[in-house]
Formats: sequence, C-alpha cells, structure tokens
Amino acid sequence: MAELSVLVATRKGLFVAERSRPGEWSLAPRGFLGEPVSMVLEDPRDGAVYAALNLGHFGVKLHRSADSAATWTEIAAPAYPKRTDEEKKADEAFPKPAPWSVQQIWSLATGGADEPGVLWAGTIPGGLFRSADRGDSWSLVRSLWDREERRKWFGGGYDHAGIHSILVDPRDSRHVTIGISCGGVWETRDGGETWSLCATGMFAAYMPDSERGDPNIQDPHLIARCAEAPDVLWAQHHNGVFRTVDGAASWYEVPAAAPSVFGFAVAAHPKDPEAAWCVPAVKDECRIPVDGRFVASRTRDGGKTFEVLSQGLPEGPAYDLVYRHGLAVDPSGDVLAMGSTTGSLWVSEDGGDTWQSLSAHLPPIYAVRFGAG
Amino acid sequence: MPRVVFTSNLARHLACPPAEVSGATVRVALEAVFAANPRLERYVLDDQGGLRTHVNVFVDGELVRDAEGLSDPVSPGGEIYVLQALAGG
Repeated sequence: MAELSVLVATRKGLFVAERSRPGEWSLAPRGFLGEPVSMVLEDPRDGAVYAALNLGHFGVKLHRSADSAATWTEIAAPAYPKRTDEEKKADEAFPKPAPWSVQQIWSLATGGADEPGVLWAGTIPGGLFRSADRGDSWSLVRSLWDREERRKWFGGGYDHAGIHSILVDPRDSRHVTIGISCGGVWETRDGGETWSLCATGMFAAYMPDSERGDPNIQDPHLIARCAEAPDVLWAQHHNGVFRTVDGAASWYEVPAAAPSVFGFAVAAHPKDPEAAWCVPAVKDECRIPVDGRFVASRTRDGGKTFEVLSQGLPEGPAYDLVYRHGLAVDPSGDVLAMGSTTGSLWVSEDGGDTWQSLSAHLPPIYAVRFGAG
Repeated sequence: MPRVVFTSNLARHLACPPAEVSGATVRVALEAVFAANPRLERYVLDDQGGLRTHVNVFVDGELVRDAEGLSDPVSPGGEIYVLQALAGG
C-alpha cells in the first residue's frame, strides 16, 4: 500500500510512482498508453483522479477514476458554447481570433474544501471552465471570456493564449487567482462573477517599451501559492521570477534567481513563505540547461538568494527541460517530484538537497502531481 | 439508407460500428448516428459542430466540401466514411 504517489502525465500515457516507505519508489503505467495526457489531478476531497487527454485527431477528452487510477470512465470535457452570429462577427473584427473550441486542457484544480464537486479547468485557447458536479458537466466562465481585454491576449508557445495556473485561496473558495500565457494574472473574489487583473509590477522584456508594464500581456509561465501563507505567490515569468506578498496586488522581480532567471516551473513551499524551487534554463530563444548542466534551484529567504541543487541530478551533458507543470511539492514541503521533456523523472525527499532518479526513459513529461497514495 | 463507417482507430476509444441511418446530407446522417451514440459526436465534431481539423469525411469516395456545415448530399445507397487525417509522433 503506497503512502504517497506521484501522478505523471506524459505524451504517451499516465504513469504513477508510488512510495511504499521513504526512499522506496516503484513506477508503473496506469492507463492511456500511447495517448497524450495533458493534465492529471487527484481530488483530496473524495479521492477521485482526473486525466485530461489531447487525442489530436479526435479532440480533448476527460476521464475520471474512482479507484486510484486503476479504471477510468470518460466524462464530459469542457466545450465552448456555439458561437452566435453576433459573436462570430465580433471575432472577425480581430486579426487572429481565438477559436471557440477547446484545444487543450492545460490546468485542472479542485474547488475549496467547502465546495464538494467543484472543479476548475483552464484551457487553450484561454477559456476558464467550472464544473459543480465532479466533471459531469462544464460551463465556460463567460465573465472572463467576454472581457474586452481577452482580445489582447496571445499565445506563448501555442497558437493561442492558455490558462495554466488556477489557485483557489484556502481561506476563501470564492477567491481564485489564475495565470495566463500571455494574458497576465487575474483574480475573482466572488466565485467567478467578476474578474480583475492583478499583474501589476510584472514587466515584459519581450514587448515594445510602451507595452512592457501592461498587466494584461504578461507571460507568467506558472504561478504557485504558499498554502499556509496564501498572500505569498511566486511566478516563473518569461523573463524572470516574480513574487508577491500581498495576494497579487503587487509583484516584484526576484533577480537573484540562479543560474538563470528563465524557466517554466516554480513550486512554492506549502508552509514556508520564504521558500520556493525553480528549474532554470537558458532564456527563451534557447531553452536548454545553462552550460548543458541540468539543475534545480531553491530559495529559503524570500528570493534574496538561490542555491543550485544538483546532487543526484545528471552531471552532464544533460539537456532535460522541465515544463511548467513538471515540478511539484507534496503537502509536507519535504518531497519534490520533477519530470522532464526528455522523459526523466526524479524525486527528492529532503526538499531538493538530493535527488533520486526513478526513470530516464519515460515519454516526454507534461505534468507531475502528488496524490495520497 | 446511407451507410456510415468509422475509422478503426476510433474503436480504440469507443465502440462505433458501421450504421445505416436515414439522412439526405452528411450532417443529418451523422446526427442520426450521434443520437444513438452521444459520446461519438465530440470525437468527430469540434465544439462548434464543424468537422475536427484532423478528421476527414468521404462520401462515395469524395472528400466533403463543406467541413463546417456538412451540407454535402448523400444518396439513399451512399456510403459515408469518417477517417482520420495522418499525423506523426
């Protein structure tokens, strides 16, 4: 019986790493072999596991398991409503309008502990969806989709913008913060009825000077929240690491990130607001580890300094790249999981000081997430 | 009645045996199939009801012209083939 598990979503199926006791892990495929699994989620409220597929030819699908990923049932996938003629006309006034069709489920999150059955799904091309019935049905959150600002969003790595981060405030389930590439950071404080931009302080080095500070075009690659100090959030942004200590009202850059400020993933320590982990890489036009040496990094002083973590990671040459959902920390803050596009999977049980390789031969890894076991 | 046949690649995901349904256009014929097999619709059509980008439909060997509206006519003895476009990886 596993006491802790890591769900691993890959380009060719779902894998699960299970820990029977500290230091002892086993790894096995757990469904959808051959199919791209874009996201996975275990709901701690009822133990259900969700897997989002991107079948390519046949579209985006969502499956749910009630038995720890042993067997699966296809459930409804988020889908955009049929566009009216007026909406079609409005879209045609813009050069590259986002299609009203789900291209990928990029993020999945549970609602709060007081909202059983509520799930959130973030998609490419930029729509947020909510389910109140464990994914049996979904609704597009029109209050966000209909915002005029959406017209200025654009894709970062994909053809269209996408929602990759969904953070439900543990103090108030109606307060939800989301991250969009490229559409900044948004929050609702009324369960999704109204939204406001909250990316002030971020800057976009890739934009013309006049647009650099526009919160609506920022490219946070991922946003992570400290569970026990929820006003502290970290963002691995396209051109640096940013942090907020006032619940995203204002962000400031953390320039000490080392050995580089670029990367996709960030994990916030669930208990210590001063601690976070990143997986740095050479910046955007290159996207490889600095000097061909794959490392992670950690700060324990709020971002003033970073330690490079390499013990147990390959000495090099190693060109692993960790995507934005490829790093996760367990609720204790001690155990980390990290998966790369080269198909390497590592765990650390001492907060990143040392790493253990569980495989170097998985399919490209899109996401790792902890489960109960 | 037109006969509708689906690529065997779809059978990996859900049952979709050949079906004989009534319908004078591709849209009407496919809707008849989906009425009996609701999950199948989202595998073939996108959120707006058009043909998925990487799915092709042939009527008696001819690629349909109206991939969005699926208004292409089908004769009573016609055959509709739902196939996947090729992709790598």
